[in-house]
Amino acid sequence: MLHEPAAKQEKDAASDWKAKLGIKLFWLYCLVYMGFVGIAVFATEIMKKPVLAGTNLAIIYGIGLIVFAIILGLVYNHVCTKKEDEMNNKEEAK
Amino acid sequence: MSYIANPIAITIFLAFVGFVLGMSFYFARKAKSAEGYFAAGGTIHWFVNGIAFAGDYLSAASFLGICGLIATMGYDGFLYSIGYLAGWIVALFVVAEPMKRLGKYTFTDALDTKFNSKGIQLLAAISTLAVSLFYLIPQMVGAGVLVTPLLGLPHWVGVIMVGAIVITIVATAGMTSTTYVQFLKGGLLIIFSTLIAVMVLNKGLTTEPRAETFVPKILQLSEQTAVAKVTDEASGLTFVKLEKDGLANWWIVRGDQLEEAQSKTVTVAGDTLYNGAPKADNKFKAVGYLTQLLDEDGNEIKETGKVGFFKYFASIGRSKVVRYPKSNVAKFEDGGDHVKVFCPVITSGSDLLVPGQKFKTKTPMGKLNFISLMLALFCGTASLPHILIRYYTVPSQRDARKSTIVAIGGIGFFYVLTLFLGFGAMTMGVIDVESGNMSAPLLAKAFGIVLFSIISAIAFATVLGTVSGLIVAASGAVAHDLVSNYLGIKMTDQGKVRAGKIAAIVVGILAIGLGIAFKGVNVAFLVGWAFAVAASANLPSIIMLLFWKKTTSKGIAASIGIGMISALGIILTSPKMYADLYHIDPATALHGLNNPGIISIPISFITLVVVSLLTQKKEK
Repeated sequence: MLHEPAAKQEKDAASDWKAKLGIKLFWLYCLVYMGFVGIAVFATEIMKKPVLAGTNLAIIYGIGLIVFAIILGLVYNHVCTKKEDEMNNKEEAK
Repeated sequence: MSYIANPIAITIFLAFVGFVLGMSFYFARKAKSAEGYFAAGGTIHWFVNGIAFAGDYLSAASFLGICGLIATMGYDGFLYSIGYLAGWIVALFVVAEPMKRLGKYTFTDALDTKFNSKGIQLLAAISTLAVSLFYLIPQMVGAGVLVTPLLGLPHWVGVIMVGAIVITIVATAGMTSTTYVQFLKGGLLIIFSTLIAVMVLNKGLTTEPRAETFVPKILQLSEQTAVAKVTDEASGLTFVKLEKDGLANWWIVRGDQLEEAQSKTVTVAGDTLYNGAPKADNKFKAVGYLTQLLDEDGNEIKETGKVGFFKYFASIGRSKVVRYPKSNVAKFEDGGDHVKVFCPVITSGSDLLVPGQKFKTKTPMGKLNFISLMLALFCGTASLPHILIRYYTVPSQRDARKSTIVAIGGIGFFYVLTLFLGFGAMTMGVIDVESGNMSAPLLAKAFGIVLFSIISAIAFATVLGTVSGLIVAASGAVAHDLVSNYLGIKMTDQGKVRAGKIAAIVVGILAIGLGIAFKGVNVAFLVGWAFAVAASANLPSIIMLLFWKKTTSKGIAASIGIGMISALGIILTSPKMYADLYHIDPATALHGLNNPGIISIPISFITLVVVSLLTQKKEK
């Protein structure tokens, strides 16, 4: 009785497509994140260089990572929603 | 520091907590079924759920811990902000929708859908319990930290208060009320933190310390008669004790001059004296100020006036900051008295704006600790049980995704604010040398008692909300996974809710005990541990279950078990644990690694792959 999902399960023709896109975006973010960790650990001095309006790379890169995550999230949601509508409508039309 | 309770503070605080409890009881009436109790009936709107996500996530660790770390250590605190947020990328892109498709109430269910194995049920439930408990410790410590300045009560009273209130909330209401509490508090936290950040920027930076801030006096050594003189071997500094107006205090010898210091003495008789006087005399002051400030052309200035977003950091980069880090506390004995002298360090602002004050990235072990932490934070979010259960509270996969993005937006915005709250506290002289955790609320206090009370009440609600969420997750693990699934005890819907509530009370009491034991350890650091345990025990199973067809039930069970044991093992034998909990010299610890992720996460992955490959045929 308790093993069905709490929410109603919907058929989703786009799920494979979304999963693949998700993994791609994950690796993209992962690379940028590793770049940050790499510079912080192995080239700390570069982090001190001012890059924008006198503010150093560490602050800009750090805030950049946060903003980048938000932007990627919005893009992902937009693309997925579009694709879901498109693919699920096709499925229904069949 | 001495804290005096203020009637306005108490009124605002009680009104807020009363409101939260009232709301909780109101929603309690809606939570009669197991579905309603553990997953809010899957009916929460995605935006409400998203902010509630943020509320869950922006726990005491974020608000108190990260701001406190930035305030005392500079940029290194912000690393937690970056890592905590990056973890959401894993949650959103890799875990969110598949989990939603697989599971129901708990993370164990998701794993169970495919295998229905007893081993998995047991181990996943234990790991949920372990992670929840580890995550509960910093929240409880945070609770104790908050009530001290707000209500003038000791640490342990705060911990017990939170425990009692939360047990009441959870035992009566469950997930629906937890969600609305989180929504309210997540929203308020973001709004008021923005307000403080704007006030910090409006004030700008100044080299003129506030009247409440400790600024050391300087005396000529030759003109003074010292009562006692001690050289501390660890720091190489010499201290002399001078008596003035019947009060004895310690001064640091700097060549032929003496610099005033703040000290804490536990006398032979057992009394605790701050700067030679009892705590109530309020002799012990807040610390942190700028000694030098330059404009863009390198000319010395007294203040910047109102500054913008970027100019704030550029100005800090051209300043010199007086800090009192924990590593610069000299400890020695004086005639049987135990003395701690807090010594200042002048750090250039440009060094505080890059990693390196807490994580010594110049040594190999420092590099390893740093990478390990960043790995655990990145992998931990998607494996936290109280975050995972929130995926089940919305009606559809699309809603789960949307609420995740609302969460990332809200949390990300708040994490940018932590920079202003942290550096604001550092440069405005509000830091309590004994507890960096209080930096953000004390910064609010510098802007007025009303703001301070509101912020503290929100922070307290933060703790309440997060603790409730964790206890629901833990009680779900016990009632649903252990008792009902693993032990196979058949229960009615009501019986299951009752079992969950009993479990909630037990976990709550356990958390109270741990919260008292871990007093004084930075809460963001403690949460780093919870992330490491979560990432090591749960993430490999989740990822491999979703993306590797050869995964077997034995592989998952082994990975959860080994991941959890290796992470806990490294933590329990780490230098930090030796220093803060066992009170043994950290140099004698078995290894130098404070953050287990870099070892335990790969071990857990490898275990899963190897065991799965070895058990292929049997499964067929």
